Amino acid sequence: MMLTIIGLGCSMIVLAEESNPQVLNLEPSNKNPSKKELQDNLLRLVHVRSLAASCAACHGTNGNSLGNAAKLVGIDKTAFVTKMQAFKSGERAATVMHHHAKGLNPQEITDLAEYFSIQIPHQAVSLSSQKLSEKYAD
Amino acid sequence: MQINRRDFVKLTGVGLGIATASLPAFARATKLPIGRVVIIGGGYAGATAAKYLRMWSLGAIEVIVVEANSQFVSCPLSNLVLGGSKTINDLTFGYNLLKANHGIQWVQDKVTAIDVSAKKVSMLRGDLSYDRLIIAPGVDFIYDELPMLQSAEAQQKIPHAWKAGWQTVNLRHQLEAMPDGGVFVMNVPKAPYRCPPGPYERAAQVAYYLKNNKPRSKIIVLDANAEIISKKGLFTKVFNEMYAGLVDYRPSNALEHVDVATKTVKTEFDSVKADVLNIIPPQRAGKSAQMAKINNQIVSLSNVDKRWCEVDFISYESKLATDVHVIGDAVSAALPKSAHMATNQAKICANAIVQLMAGLAPDPAPVFANTCYSYVTDKSAMHVANVYRYDETKKIMVSAEGGGVSASPSEQEGAYAVAWAQNIWADSLT
Repeated sequence: MMLTIIGLGCSMIVLAEESNPQVLNLEPSNKNPSKKELQDNLLRLVHVRSLAASCAACHGTNGNSLGNAAKLVGIDKTAFVTKMQAFKSGERAATVMHHHAKGLNPQEITDLAEYFSIQIPHQAVSLSSQKLSEKYAD
Repeated sequence: MQINRRDFVKLTGVGLGIATASLPAFARATKLPIGRVVIIGGGYAGATAAKYLRMWSLGAIEVIVVEANSQFVSCPLSNLVLGGSKTINDLTFGYNLLKANHGIQWVQDKVTAIDVSAKKVSMLRGDLSYDRLIIAPGVDFIYDELPMLQSAEAQQKIPHAWKAGWQTVNLRHQLEAMPDGGVFVMNVPKAPYRCPPGPYERAAQVAYYLKNNKPRSKIIVLDANAEIISKKGLFTKVFNEMYAGLVDYRPSNALEHVDVATKTVKTEFDSVKADVLNIIPPQRAGKSAQMAKINNQIVSLSNVDKRWCEVDFISYESKLATDVHVIGDAVSAALPKSAHMATNQAKICANAIVQLMAGLAPDPAPVFANTCYSYVTDKSAMHVANVYRYDETKKIMVSAEGGGVSASPSEQEGAYAVAWAQNIWADSLT
């Protein structure tokens, strides 16, 4: 297994793992960014990581969904942004997604697109259920 | 495309520095532990925090979960056991994949004491030291005003079934044994409690079962709140149309007394005798939130109304105990106490801890989403969904614009709700 870590001092931001290491390329506009720009960039990475993780309840860990929910892993960035904007404006009909798209700002939608586009596909495992133990107490 | 170190530096053009480690995460952890996090509780919040701490620290944070039960039973979907379309076994899972996939250490034991000053958790079979502690205790029931329901014997007769498990099975058996023409009585405690739409979903599931099997029966819902507190328009319609004549919903009807022997409930306005009685007591943060010892004094971390735990919404660190975080239903917040919310809090907390343990600032303004489905038949469901954003002035999570509920319940949303369950189980437990 190969892992990619972006380090700033001893910090670690894991963006994708497994055999194909990639990084989230949130490129500073300036080629010689200030320390503040670098810090802001890092915070954007940290922000989008947990925001993207919030989507997992329906779309699976890192967008690797099971069953009847769109797979976001490896998604085309432009397609993602277009779709989310259409949910947001109401142009595209939805049962649920408009309620989420409307709560996100354009920067978050762009960063989510970037984040999901570089995730590595893997087969999510549907959990096997078990017989409830006689000893289970709650 | 494989991006190597040189390409990355070229791509970003910055001197952030990058390290590619080809060692497995566990091997790295034994070489580079940056700290130990002990997590009390293996529910949605605790299990998710454990996974994401391991994942996002690349195994550099040692994680130990302490959980008394050997299995996980999902509260979401457990009302369908009452409706008859699920069994409790469909909602019961093990922790093996979670443990093995992420190198999480697991102790099946009961926590007996937490020494915040010494950074130590005591259990029946020993002690554990920690750098940071996460308490994910779920809820505990308050019996101060319902002392007659405190005993196991009373709960055998009148189950709460508000933590999925054997009480859910018991309530289903009682419903099956009830004669046609019987009266099912349940209450809704005053908010906040675990799962705001849950009691109304339960009424709908019981109605679904009765409509198809015992249509001469009746359900009386005694709500301590002035109105239906979640998905109000939708549930009102479901009660009045889909289950017309079956559901008798009575707002502002707080319990005053329960007679266990006769299954009779008294409220300020009514006295109701039930054939099957389901009492959901008021709730507070689970027991481990009341065990923290600071400088040899017990300090209850559930300081809000003596029920819920006050936390910092950037890291979920307790306002009362340093390096102790509280997540899930136990937290005092203007957020619904839902499974999705518990996993969100777990992820924000894990993200912050990874940053803090690396000596860096956490995300100053977290954002997350909540989607909650309620089933009104075996197949048809409806949602409430919202994005929540950290408000830097108020220092709390507030609901963003654009959230809302389904237009109406549908089988399409029922299918989405199946996907929600499959994915949140896999996200929390694999």
